[in-house]
Amino acid sequence: MAAPFKPSSLQLSWIKRVLFLLALLPLARLIWLGMHDALTANPIEFITRSTGTWALVMLMLTLSITPLRMLTGVAWPVQLRRMLGLFMFFYALLHFSIYLWLDHWFDLMAIGKDIAEHPYVLVGFTSFVLSIPLAATSNSAMIRRLKTRWKTLHLLVYPIAILGVLHFWWLVKKDVSEPLVYVLVLAALLGVRLWYRYRPASQAASRKPLPTRMPKAG
Amino acid sequence: QKISDFKKTPYGAGETLTPYEDVTSYNNFYEFGTGKSDPKPQSRLFKPRPWTVSIEGEVSKPRTLSIDDIFKIAPLEERIYRMRCVEGWSMVIPWIGLPLASLIKYAEPTGKAKYVEFISLADPKMMPGVRAPILDWPYVEGLRMDEAMNPLTIMAVGLYGEVLPNQNGAPMRLVVPWKYGFKGGKSIVKIRFTDKMPLTTWVRSGPTEYGFYANVNPTVDHPRWTQSTERRIGGGLFSPRIKTQMFNGYADQVASLYTGMDLRKNF
Repeated sequence: MAAPFKPSSLQLSWIKRVLFLLALLPLARLIWLGMHDALTANPIEFITRSTGTWALVMLMLTLSITPLRMLTGVAWPVQLRRMLGLFMFFYALLHFSIYLWLDHWFDLMAIGKDIAEHPYVLVGFTSFVLSIPLAATSNSAMIRRLKTRWKTLHLLVYPIAILGVLHFWWLVKKDVSEPLVYVLVLAALLGVRLWYRYRPASQAASRKPLPTRMPKAG
Repeated sequence: QKISDFKKTPYGAGETLTPYEDVTSYNNFYEFGTGKSDPKPQSRLFKPRPWTVSIEGEVSKPRTLSIDDIFKIAPLEERIYRMRCVEGWSMVIPWIGLPLASLIKYAEPTGKAKYVEFISLADPKMMPGVRAPILDWPYVEGLRMDEAMNPLTIMAVGLYGEVLPNQNGAPMRLVVPWKYGFKGGKSIVKIRFTDKMPLTTWVRSGPTEYGFYANVNPTVDHPRWTQSTERRIGGGLFSPRIKTQMFNGYADQVASLYTGMDLRKNF
């Protein structure tokens, strides 16, 4: 069997560049649609929905790096995880900014009331707030400085994901088929982790030890 | 297809109309899909003619009318109405229709009729959304008799001077402008007079979220989102939300229908 693909550092830098551009496509699409007056009859709802969806997609991609390694032993994509995580934050930030600005025109009273009274807004807001410290500590200096506490802090990604999916589930009026997709994907991604952790010892022994978990600092 | 003969009315003078394109491309019509851009493409093959409507229940004699009969019951009128969706958006639409009261008088309900029920077509061949069990098909809506007889309530057969496009509920749909949009059953095939309050589709689907009355009321929120403001469709990216008015601004004409009722309970 051929050795699994492992990019050289040059290849990896190209992979990162391509991924960066790909991750910007949803934003480019919104801008293009906006310039062609094609954001539907309710453009604010459309871009809110779109940026929210892409935040969830980026989050699912971020969370799929570890299961990929658990299932296949392919470890190098962990070097893409930070970028994916930051793109999740980027789209969540756009999503939240649209809510703050175009949807409510910084009417803080109305926003506060909305967050307090409507559970789907509350869980979405909480999910966003929890992701701020993760984005803020995503640089290499913070990884070095926080050491093991960094890992603990970044476990927050799990509540962020669960609340994010719940946010989508609760906002849908009736047809939950779309949020259901995210529920199932998230369940699978978390399920692989649980299985890997609690799998029978015989299986565990037959596999190579897990390659390094932390992204390389620097 | 133009409607040749209808009279203008003073309703909605001074309102800015929502563009035709928006009125006909942003629709909640689950029989053609749950996305608001679904009904327009999904209803292209829908055939609103020939069409019959059966009149049943507490009437002196049940009968079946063709859509052409209904066009002739009363002179058609243009009514420019605000439409407020329970989801928090709104439009201003120049409907063409006849007062529901004329249709009801024509149907001759008996003294036992207290409510009127409107049943929509549910044809899986022409309506792809009906193949999915999203709601209990057919779609059922209803009004109390006095609400149905109110002069504001119309059976719409057109908009913007044209016969009703398929995605807007062709060939005829209910329009009750002081209630949330879902009260306006579309593509109606059956009108039934009853002595009991009809169990309507959205009440059945979520009795804690949707009530029989469904009057537009900025002081009673939907359990999951606010009803105090709305977004007027057609304003573009930078138009702020506007305040929702009690009974969608039609309080003068309809508030008396609900005197003594707790609108928080009867939402």
